[in-house]
Amino acid sequence: MSNRLGHGWGSRIDRNAAIGFTFEGRPVPAHPGDTIASALAAKGEWVLSRSFKYHRPRGILTMAGQDANTLVQIGDEPNVRADLREVADGMVVTPLNVSGSLRRDRGRIIDHLGRFLPVGFYYRSFFGPGRTSWLKLWEPVIRASAGLGTVSLNPAPRRYLKETRHCDVLVVGAGPAGLAAAIAAAAAGAQVILVEKEPELGGALTYARFGVETADAARQLDELRGKAAASGIAVLSGATCNGHFADNWLPVLQGDRLIRIRAAELVLATGAHEQPLIFRNNDLPGVMLSSAAQRLMRHYGVRPGRRAVVYAGDRDGYLAALDLDDAGVRIAAVIDPEAEDRDGLAPELAQRGIPVMRGCAIRQARGGLHLKAVEVQDRQGGRTRLDCDLLVMAGGYTPGYQLALHAGARLSSDDGGTRFSLTDMPAHVHLAGAAAGLSDLAAVIESGRIAGLRAAAGLGLAPAQDLPAPEQTGWRRPAPSPAHPKGRDFVDFDEDLQVKDIENAIADGYRELELVKRYSTVGMGPSQGRHSALATARIVARKTARSLAEVGITTARPPFGPERLGLLADTTPERHRRTPLHAAHLAAGARMTPAGAWWRPLVYPGADAPEDAIRREIRMVREAVGMLDVSTLGKLEIRGPDAGAFLDRIYTMAHAGQPMGRVRYCLALNEMGSILDDGVAFRLSDEHFYVTATTGAVDRLFAEMMLQKTIMGARVDIQNVTAAFGAMNLTGPRAREVLERLPGSIDFGREGFAFLDGREGELAGCPVRVMRIGFTGELSYEIHLPQSHAAGLWAALLEAGADLGLRPYGLEASRILRLEKGHIIIGQDTDALSTPDELGMGWALSRKKPFYIGKAAVERRRALGDKRRLCGFALPDEGNAAGVGESALVLQDGKPVGHVTSFGYSPTLGRWIGLAHVAPEQAEPGSRITLRGFSGTEVEAPVVALPFHDKDNARQEM
Amino acid sequence: MKIMTCPVNGPRNISEFQWLGPVHDASDATDANLVDRLFFAPNPMGVLREWWRHTPSNTVFIAERDLRSDEILRTYLKGSDANTPESHA
Repeated sequence: MSNRLGHGWGSRIDRNAAIGFTFEGRPVPAHPGDTIASALAAKGEWVLSRSFKYHRPRGILTMAGQDANTLVQIGDEPNVRADLREVADGMVVTPLNVSGSLRRDRGRIIDHLGRFLPVGFYYRSFFGPGRTSWLKLWEPVIRASAGLGTVSLNPAPRRYLKETRHCDVLVVGAGPAGLAAAIAAAAAGAQVILVEKEPELGGALTYARFGVETADAARQLDELRGKAAASGIAVLSGATCNGHFADNWLPVLQGDRLIRIRAAELVLATGAHEQPLIFRNNDLPGVMLSSAAQRLMRHYGVRPGRRAVVYAGDRDGYLAALDLDDAGVRIAAVIDPEAEDRDGLAPELAQRGIPVMRGCAIRQARGGLHLKAVEVQDRQGGRTRLDCDLLVMAGGYTPGYQLALHAGARLSSDDGGTRFSLTDMPAHVHLAGAAAGLSDLAAVIESGRIAGLRAAAGLGLAPAQDLPAPEQTGWRRPAPSPAHPKGRDFVDFDEDLQVKDIENAIADGYRELELVKRYSTVGMGPSQGRHSALATARIVARKTARSLAEVGITTARPPFGPERLGLLADTTPERHRRTPLHAAHLAAGARMTPAGAWWRPLVYPGADAPEDAIRREIRMVREAVGMLDVSTLGKLEIRGPDAGAFLDRIYTMAHAGQPMGRVRYCLALNEMGSILDDGVAFRLSDEHFYVTATTGAVDRLFAEMMLQKTIMGARVDIQNVTAAFGAMNLTGPRAREVLERLPGSIDFGREGFAFLDGREGELAGCPVRVMRIGFTGELSYEIHLPQSHAAGLWAALLEAGADLGLRPYGLEASRILRLEKGHIIIGQDTDALSTPDELGMGWALSRKKPFYIGKAAVERRRALGDKRRLCGFALPDEGNAAGVGESALVLQDGKPVGHVTSFGYSPTLGRWIGLAHVAPEQAEPGSRITLRGFSGTEVEAPVVALPFHDKDNARQEM
Repeated sequence: MKIMTCPVNGPRNISEFQWLGPVHDASDATDANLVDRLFFAPNPMGVLREWWRHTPSNTVFIAERDLRSDEILRTYLKGSDANTPESHA
């Protein structure tokens, strides 16, 4: 028995073509343009889902994708809204949250146990028995009975696109107000984008009725669509604007595309959400909003029922009754809560023979899987049973407030407590149509036109005149919400919350709306309070004897509707930086590792196991010569008359008096006196320093330098040339020999190029800056050169030193080599509180300079005394090393006082060595510290004077 | 996403900018009030002057921001008269 109406109904379907799909395995015929829900309704299938908690049958409520009743699964795609998704031929649709079949769901037993599941029961139950019962017992049970869709763990790959667009005016909602706004703004010369979530433009004009005669609305729709098409407006239909972010930055979801729109002016014509009524069994299939019944008829040509009861809480109820009558639905009665006719539509209904019952309310609905009858109660308490298979509710509206609230507007209620309205609209955001509380078609269109003109005025395209918006007319009658003694009067369909659940939440002590929401979960389901927020606020107001205005409203946050994670995922690949020597490392068989943003060689294993290769590389540096790619170092050029004075401000040592051709250690503190970074400064000329910084800190240091330059007004130019220069450190007792074999302009002799000297010149045909510095404590030359020359010099050095044993070494060997010398790594051996004194680096603080950043703080902290110190320790034998590592605790009297910051095996010393923060009194060489290994065992270790190797630092000065 | 106006490059997405902390007057930046400056960040019910940097162009400038509304009232380079039209945001 088909529910399909005759021609003249069903603007979106193509009756000439037949397609089909299966629902729970049953074949369902459809026409192109049908949604899953409309095709099922046409076939006479009204149950779409089972509810979240009680497993009650649920069907069409809004036909607008605004409720959770219609969620279904299509193949491996969960949580599809059946009233929005267009049918594709052959699709396989299954219901969610069902055990057995939709009509005979075994979970429906829970509906009869409801009184054992009061509001907040999950907070009060499910704690026992035992500590893990929630995870082990209750959660799996609840997940199985209240789960939504099934997520496929092997989904087919899918491509999502992101794009960014800019416009003068963005109009959200293409109903009569939105269309009028877009047309007015475009006519003034603005570039306009119009976003509409439905597949066609027109909004309520495509399904609603605005009067006894329908010709005027049809003419208005044609006219607005025609003007919009002729005005160059960019239309995004089937697209949801899902949030508002600062300065009119709005995400729009259109299928697999995320469009981020920046709009100078924004018009919100987001319409209104019709509100369901609250009575016993108000969730039965067959009970729906008046707009849902009209959408079924006008869009899909589906008869929503055969015999209807219409609740006319406002004028739209009467108009829906006229539509139903036109479609041949018998109307048992129109129920009007008012005693008199306020809409002037009574004569029309009388003429059509439609009975009206005045001063009545709906007490309950009856039925099993579908509505069978409605029980109506008059003001004297008299009850009438009306047999019907359709109940149409026109219970008033709330404005489409979500985007406006994201933008910073306020939702307030009138003192009559009948409705919400939006106030305090921010600048560059304009409200129009039903979202502004209007319902009369002429007023809606006029408000749209004015919003469009105001937007144009904001752009300077129209005179900024005083444009009076039409008065709000609103919806007049508060819908009654008395609790039915037997319950099942749902406030929130998503979460199966009844009036008594809200009342009990208040009785449990949660008087405030925010607390009621958290305790009861009202408004937290997929419909996000669109249907429950107003009703809940009314109940809270009634039970706490306050006005709706005093109770307030919970706020709305993005997103407005569900969004696919694929749209949010960042699809750009991980970005790593490569040094100019990257290819050479790969060719040499290096094992690469990410270090900050860079790829660096960890070790060059060759045929050896990595541990053996690391020890081999360390021995090579100590006994002959090795080479490390240090291109990742931060590199800064500091030039200008104030260069020396500027570095004196940034760093703790004296640079203004630093001789040319000399290299000096640099230590930067923050204002709190903690260590920010270290490096070296090579003075190339009176006004030119070349400064290095640690790989991870250079960007922060550079920003700090720019700020300090601006504050002091220094005549200095700062360039971050990190990427422009390659760098390599040639180190080991035979390093000089290697360099002297290459042609060049630099004298590498011991006398001419001493420790901490710097030279500029040419080496093997490359322009170079060479500094006699190193991390390893051996004779070291750090060679910096334009990155395009780096690979060539690297190869030339390796060739020149091959017979001396020169090979590259990796990051891990470098870490051990510096640890043997007790050199710290900023960020590993320091943290946000580390002072130079704690690290034994007080020597780096100039006593003569009147100012450097952090001077005042570091001096005051010195006066307060050390809280901890960094010291070296060695483990007596290899066996003890297993449980100790970086971040292992240092104990004093059983309490943690510090931790291990660096740790590793020194092949040079044949021992495991490390650095650790300890209590100051423990830091003297010869004392013993207790370390707690990761397995919990405690190990005693002697504190050793730093450096571990080459105590008098003779080797670096060779 | 918020928009900030760089005094050199005009309006840009806020993701291009780096916050560098409140502007301290010279009289305020003394050692005597070091602790206040370090640990009591200014949080007025009103306008705060802050250092910002437009990172792609490396432009350091001052922004005046109303902390009540998070509205950026104007931006200008240090030393330029804040009241001249070209330094307005």
